[in-house]
Amino acid sequence: MFSGFMVNAWEIGTIVAVVGGVVGFFVVLRGAAFPAHAIPNGAFAGAAGANLLGVNPLIGLGVFSLGAALGIGRLTRRGRADAVTALALVMMLALGAAFLSQSTEYEPEIFSLLFGEILGVSRGQIVPVAVLGAVCVLFVGVLYRRLLLTSLAPEIAAAQGLRPELVDTAFLVVIACATTMTVPVVGALLIFTLMIGPPAAARCFTDRAEIAFALSVAFALVTVWVALACSYVSDWPVGFYVSVFSAAWFAAGRGYLAWRRHTSAPSRPWGSSPDV
Amino acid sequence: MSNGPVLDVDHVSVAFAGREVLDDVSFQVQASEFTGLIGSNGVGKTTLLRSVLGLQRIDRGEIRVNGAPLSRHARVLGYVPQKVSLDPDVPVRARDFVALGLDAHRFGFSRRTKDERQLVEQMLMDVDAERFADTRVGSLSGGEQQRILIAHALISQPSLLLLDEPLANLDPKSVEEVVSLLHRVAKDHGVAVLLSAHEMNSLLPVMDRIVYLTNGRAASGTTDEVVRSDVLSTLYGHHVDVLKLHGRVFVVAQPSESDVEIPEHSTLTIE
Repeated sequence: MFSGFMVNAWEIGTIVAVVGGVVGFFVVLRGAAFPAHAIPNGAFAGAAGANLLGVNPLIGLGVFSLGAALGIGRLTRRGRADAVTALALVMMLALGAAFLSQSTEYEPEIFSLLFGEILGVSRGQIVPVAVLGAVCVLFVGVLYRRLLLTSLAPEIAAAQGLRPELVDTAFLVVIACATTMTVPVVGALLIFTLMIGPPAAARCFTDRAEIAFALSVAFALVTVWVALACSYVSDWPVGFYVSVFSAAWFAAGRGYLAWRRHTSAPSRPWGSSPDV
Repeated sequence: MSNGPVLDVDHVSVAFAGREVLDDVSFQVQASEFTGLIGSNGVGKTTLLRSVLGLQRIDRGEIRVNGAPLSRHARVLGYVPQKVSLDPDVPVRARDFVALGLDAHRFGFSRRTKDERQLVEQMLMDVDAERFADTRVGSLSGGEQQRILIAHALISQPSLLLLDEPLANLDPKSVEEVVSLLHRVAKDHGVAVLLSAHEMNSLLPVMDRIVYLTNGRAASGTTDEVVRSDVLSTLYGHHVDVLKLHGRVFVVAQPSESDVEIPEHSTLTIE
């Protein structure tokens, strides 16, 4: 389990988990789950297009996910964010369908774009993924507090000169960056679960942002590691296990929260008091 | 700090789609004074506050804060918006939210110093928020959240605090509490307050100055100077009466000039 092609899988899985946990924390906090879903799925069309042109799929992924991020960021400044995101998603899926219809590529290639092929990762893929991952983590780390305040209270952040609309777009670009690096590894359909499940669970276990942030990364790591091991043993796809364990974290988190509220309800007397 | 006004709104006009929302509005806010920005819904109070914050482009005129033209006021202005919607399970405690007022612009995860943590503690005490300081900010009641927003805005020690309709949707007792809290905290911290409201009576005891806004135009001065029949009639463009009753003030428009026949007891009240 810890030799040969599996070494690459462990390494790249670890990188993807860290990025998923870090970026995902703010995806959940900002309520950006829909863009985080739309960007990877749209980016899949870019990879299909790149296949058709015979260029590196990573370039197609990059171009499409970046285009989607900037487009969604630009257009959501006025008008309905969800409608714009949905339209961007279907446009890119339509393009993907068109590219695929022209492609002579056989099915497993397409399948791997959607569901990833982490067990087939080569040494050469690790470096670009690590670099893109480091960029994402660095960005979130440096702008951590800005991201926090612009997520919680964009109007207040704007009044403090923090430019929330700029932070919004920059963060979408980070999602695009994370997407580009992770789609070939875990697939377009499944990176999303890693960005939602562990962070959404993490915030149930603590009321402190820094701890939730760290927990989000820890949960994502455990998810990927356990999924890899299960996949190795059972021969089922890694993505399946990643999704199941991500959802399980979330279920556990909500359960914990419900239990906490149930047991600690009487100790919060001001909750029901009518004063300010 | 200079001895001039903290805020100088100088012949400011703002138009949306050809309609003048603010039409040649001028007024000043003096250091450490409590100013009420009074007007009914939709007269441009929020537009005016957003203009002062630099979030709204103004078409004519100038806004100066501490004598400097409008640009990046960031740290000299504190702002409490009308509403902040937060998920109840957001992993941020009330005290962490207050602390963000101090360092949201800072890069990275740098730990807060002992002095900063003490400042947060002091601020929480100033707004009577110690007992829910460790609760998630999203799960607080509206009034509790408002105290946290005020603490967040004040902790960077601005010279002017702007509040957008902080008294809307509060019951009368809470209104009184918030007004006296603001009055006390503003005095303690030596900060000027510009507070928008659609009703002036609850502010009469603490207001040093009033800016009365209607139809995009403003009159300002002390309450006695502004809330008078002649001043407000000019502002409204038709006759209004100002009635004083048990220390409360009512602005009443008389429909007598209208051609339409209206029953005698029917009056239009503009709060």
